[in-house]
Amino acid sequence: MSSRVELINAGLLRSDGRRPYELRTISINFGAQGTADGSVTYSHGLTQVRVSVQGPHEAKPGTRRETFHDRATLNVEVQLAPFGVGERRRRGRGDKRLLELAATIKSTFEPVVQTHLYPRSTIDIFIHVLQLDGGLLPACINASTLALATAGIPLFDFVCAISGGVHGTQPLLDLTTVEENDVPSVVVGVMPRTGRATLVQMETRLHMDRFEDVFRVACDAGKVLWSEMRDALRERTGDLVDKLEAGPGMVAVKETEET
Amino acid sequence: MPEITILKRPREEAVITQRMFFKKTARGKVIKVLRERYLRDDISCGVDGCRVCDASAQTVLSRSGDTTHKNFPTGHYILPDTNVFLAQMDLIESNYFTPPIIILQTVMEEVRHRSLPLYSRLKALTTTDELKVWVFYNEFRSETAIVRENDETPNDRNDRGIRKAAEWYNAHLKLAHPPIRGQPNLAPPKVVLITDDFANRQKADKEKIPCISVRNYVDGMKNSDQLLDLLSATGSDEVEPTRAVAGRTALYADYLPMSTLLAGVKAGQLHQGHFNANQYNYLEGTVPVPAFTKPVLLVGRENMNRAVQGDVVVVEVFDEREWKAPTDEVIDQEATLKNDDAEDSEEEGDDLMVHEHESKALRAEHTKKAPTEKQPTGRVVGIIKRNWRAYVCHIDSTSLTSSNATSLGLQTVFATPVSRLLPRIRLRTRQAPSLVGNKILVTIDRWEITSRYPEGHFVRTLGKAESKEAEQESLLLEFEVPYRPFGKAILDCLPPEGEQWVVPPKSAAIPEWRDRTDLRDLIICSIDPPGCQDIDDALHARRLTNGNIEAGVHIADVSHFVHPETAMDSEAAARGSTVYLVDKRIDMLPALLGTNLCSLRPHVERLAFSVIWEMTVDAEIVDVRFTKSVIASKAAFEYGEAQLRKDDPNLNDKLTQSIRLLNSLAQKLKAKRMAAGALNLASPEVKIHLDSSESSDPVDVEQKALHETNSLVEEFMLLANTSVAEKTQGSFPQTSVLRRHLPPPPTNFEKLQDILQKRKGLKLDVSSSGALADSLDKCLDPKEPAFNTLVRIMATRCMLSAEYFSSGSVSRDTFGHYGLASPIYTHFTSPIRRYADVLVHRQLAAAIGYTPLHPSLHSKMHVERIMEVVNRRHRMAQMAGRASVEFYVGLALKGRNEREKEVTEDAFVIRTFRNGLGVFVSKLGLEGLVMFKRDTQFDAENYTISVPSSDIGQPDVTISVFDKVTVRIEVEKDKNTQRGRVKMTLVSPVDSRAL
Ligand SMILES: [Zn+2]
Repeated sequence: MSSRVELINAGLLRSDGRRPYELRTISINFGAQGTADGSVTYSHGLTQVRVSVQGPHEAKPGTRRETFHDRATLNVEVQLAPFGVGERRRRGRGDKRLLELAATIKSTFEPVVQTHLYPRSTIDIFIHVLQLDGGLLPACINASTLALATAGIPLFDFVCAISGGVHGTQPLLDLTTVEENDVPSVVVGVMPRTGRATLVQMETRLHMDRFEDVFRVACDAGKVLWSEMRDALRERTGDLVDKLEAGPGMVAVKETEET
Repeated sequence: MPEITILKRPREEAVITQRMFFKKTARGKVIKVLRERYLRDDISCGVDGCRVCDASAQTVLSRSGDTTHKNFPTGHYILPDTNVFLAQMDLIESNYFTPPIIILQTVMEEVRHRSLPLYSRLKALTTTDELKVWVFYNEFRSETAIVRENDETPNDRNDRGIRKAAEWYNAHLKLAHPPIRGQPNLAPPKVVLITDDFANRQKADKEKIPCISVRNYVDGMKNSDQLLDLLSATGSDEVEPTRAVAGRTALYADYLPMSTLLAGVKAGQLHQGHFNANQYNYLEGTVPVPAFTKPVLLVGRENMNRAVQGDVVVVEVFDEREWKAPTDEVIDQEATLKNDDAEDSEEEGDDLMVHEHESKALRAEHTKKAPTEKQPTGRVVGIIKRNWRAYVCHIDSTSLTSSNATSLGLQTVFATPVSRLLPRIRLRTRQAPSLVGNKILVTIDRWEITSRYPEGHFVRTLGKAESKEAEQESLLLEFEVPYRPFGKAILDCLPPEGEQWVVPPKSAAIPEWRDRTDLRDLIICSIDPPGCQDIDDALHARRLTNGNIEAGVHIADVSHFVHPETAMDSEAAARGSTVYLVDKRIDMLPALLGTNLCSLRPHVERLAFSVIWEMTVDAEIVDVRFTKSVIASKAAFEYGEAQLRKDDPNLNDKLTQSIRLLNSLAQKLKAKRMAAGALNLASPEVKIHLDSSESSDPVDVEQKALHETNSLVEEFMLLANTSVAEKTQGSFPQTSVLRRHLPPPPTNFEKLQDILQKRKGLKLDVSSSGALADSLDKCLDPKEPAFNTLVRIMATRCMLSAEYFSSGSVSRDTFGHYGLASPIYTHFTSPIRRYADVLVHRQLAAAIGYTPLHPSLHSKMHVERIMEVVNRRHRMAQMAGRASVEFYVGLALKGRNEREKEVTEDAFVIRTFRNGLGVFVSKLGLEGLVMFKRDTQFDAENYTISVPSSDIGQPDVTISVFDKVTVRIEVEKDKNTQRGRVKMTLVSPVDSRAL
């Protein structure tokens, strides 16, 4: 019946009552997750992911995972909760789409994490997708940023990601599943400190002019998102954020374990 | 730029903002679906100068509302519920219906779910300037959003939402109209809920919401006289409580509940499909369903159970022992039912009589058949979707009670639809006597189980029957052709220079010349049918120095003028295609484009989209390129003219050489296509000659002449379309607009094969298009050259129709075009008159990097939706064109009948019935029925009937399918319906009037 849903009605309201540039509600919960060094449950609208970061730790001897003598390796794993994801198919750990997602997240964070500080070690990012209603990649990236920060992993900058799309000529921000299924969409990740875009992902074709429109608002939206994420981090970690924002390489503080 | 914000949804709101439900997928898996909505306070009420809402918001409702209704002296706005829009759209669209209307989002969405055509009419209302219509997004405003309760049906939930919004509005208006000091305390205007649901009105009364039924509302309006006739029957219940409905016997079975239907279909116990009425026999219909190769046969009124042509129905198939074969008899509704009374027949005698007539008509017939001819037989148990619309009808004059013939009292009459596929409609009207003899438009409103006929209401008069205007308009309505003149918003999309527009002088700085090839010096010409004004294609060919030939097809560059997401583009998309009637052309695009700026007239510069091949002399393609261009055609020929020029040995100019080159290539291209298995199909094509534009009385009907040059143009258009299809499909594999022709299921040919075998000893091999083409070539009767054409026409009717599709939506191996034996095909060559071609132009322009592709053409769903519309419009346009020809053939015959003593023509027998013959008069392209008053000796196995000879004492005469006979053709006016109809009688081998 999705063809019977009007994505934007004549009053310029989207199918969930939002206007084109309104983002869905965001909630961020930092909580201990077993042995994780940093852990965050992040929901954006009805999409909910939990990210736990472990490490950096020495690569266990005997594992086949590659290590580098001059920097740390990022290991990203994504799992879907068996329910609540609205998927037709259960996706196992080896599912191709999940592997691709993990690879994108890994390559997004590799230039951002100061891996050179931890040669021959590994940083694990475990992502659990608890619920899904569009914007999976941005949610994973934002939650990973937050989890890395709470784990005290030194970062050159943060990454805030958001999805955008175009309905006709109207740019939309933060797409739901229903919207993702019908409009060409992009995911844009920006680094709030430098203002640079670090990730642009597109799975559908998009007109160049339209792309520019949506890219611009998505970059702005990334900054709006950042202020939300920064507030949450401040509350949690005090001045850590401010130090981080001051510049790269300033801190390599690992927060004391909290229980 | 609007601000980017993050919405905060309070946790406690989750109850009304989040929805989770489980949905079963097509594969039967259950998945969880999550939805949420954001409630807001910035949804405006739309009333001018409201002190509560955001002052910057747009408003359309006047501050005091409408004060002319006698029940609401302090002013009012109306808030109709969903059913009012579903049932009374004609009323609401009337020019006399003027109150300010508030349409709720709940109502919009319900209408959208129930009927897309009504939804588009509703949407059109909201954008008309003259009307005061405000759409209120109640589901998104925090005070009016509601959630479905556990024990509530979706309908009840929506009704409650509508009442809630009405209640809120009335309270809101009080706030918006605070008493002003020093002025009398005026009551604020009311928002009046309009609903025909009695229970809903009771609830509203209890909640102190002003509410009223449609009829009572209209009664109190100042224009009630003009409006009451427009009320549909569904709304008339309360004024005239149906007389003892409960006491009347049900004639039909009740439909099963929707959930049972859907479950039954899913489980395979029931079957879903479109209902097709039988045009020869109104007591029979069929429903093609996926589970059986032959369609499910429905015999008799009870089994058809109130299904109307085009409805999506669910059928139950009987046990195989009860399967039947279709009748061999012509059963005419008007003849069989002529004595039925339109006033609800309360005396049982009437019913019994009708019943007896009908069962006699159906008797015995079905059981005698050979078991092979039987097909799945069943009955309708429910309707998934009605496809009712407005139908062109005549009033049956005998259904008027004679004493009422001059009175203006309300009476019930029969309206007989022009289409033979529809049942008579019972109509209540005050103007019956003045409607007799006119073509009128009637809508069906409902069909009760106690009523033999559906009930409807009068929409408007089209004019005197048989007047050209009325016939023309009724044709357009009958085939749902949009024919209103283009509005201002559309005309504003045209170049401001109008008729004076010219291709600007060549210069790199001018956008028209950007990336365009200058082909103005090429010897290009156009070849079209006589009188063609919209020239959308032109051609050229010349020898290259390397011995090869360059050939080009140049198509009007319509997409230069028609841009996506403009009013002109959406109108063209909605029209889908230009419609050609005999005496009128209904354009898809404004005439300025079609007949001037985009018409590739000779001796003027025009923008074009060119396909240019390099070919060997054997018509092997060496290279193809596509480019936007500027051309200047050197001549516009008619087919005959080009033919003469080509054949004239004295001419040897460049233009003539070009035509000869094109012709020689075309012949080779055609030979290759035929070798690949393309079909040479035939459809009866005739041409109507109108003697002058004023009288437009047809002088004659003639069969279309075909010249070699017709084929020349056709071959190059086919080639251009194929080359373009390959290109766009390569660039846009998900959404390229293509055209295909699916191979027909072999069972479609069974009957024709059997007839050919038994009557002529001929075999039809349908294993592939090539085999079919070969065996059609062998279907010859040395004595009868027209026989081959007849077989081709009959074979064509066994095939499926070609269709547009989006390449990502079907599997790659079903792309093929069966009739053309081409693995891929599209339409590129007529963008002036076909919308699919406009899309293909845009995709080709993007494929060659001329312009980026508009985002909408990247959306598979969007393209699919357009294809659906375009396919339907294409079909309808063809049918309208054919019907227009038929009408003129009728007029021509009438003329001839007046001049000549008797009109007789040769005809082929194409069907045999127990009581008649189906014949085809190829000279007129006319199909007709010869009816016998009494039964004949009928041999269904051998498609033969025997009738007594005209000469006494002579043996019976046998007539079979494919026999050539002579028929007398008359046009008689049906006394009741004023409907002219062609009547055929047999002259030879026997005179059927004696029978
Ligand atoms: Zn207001």
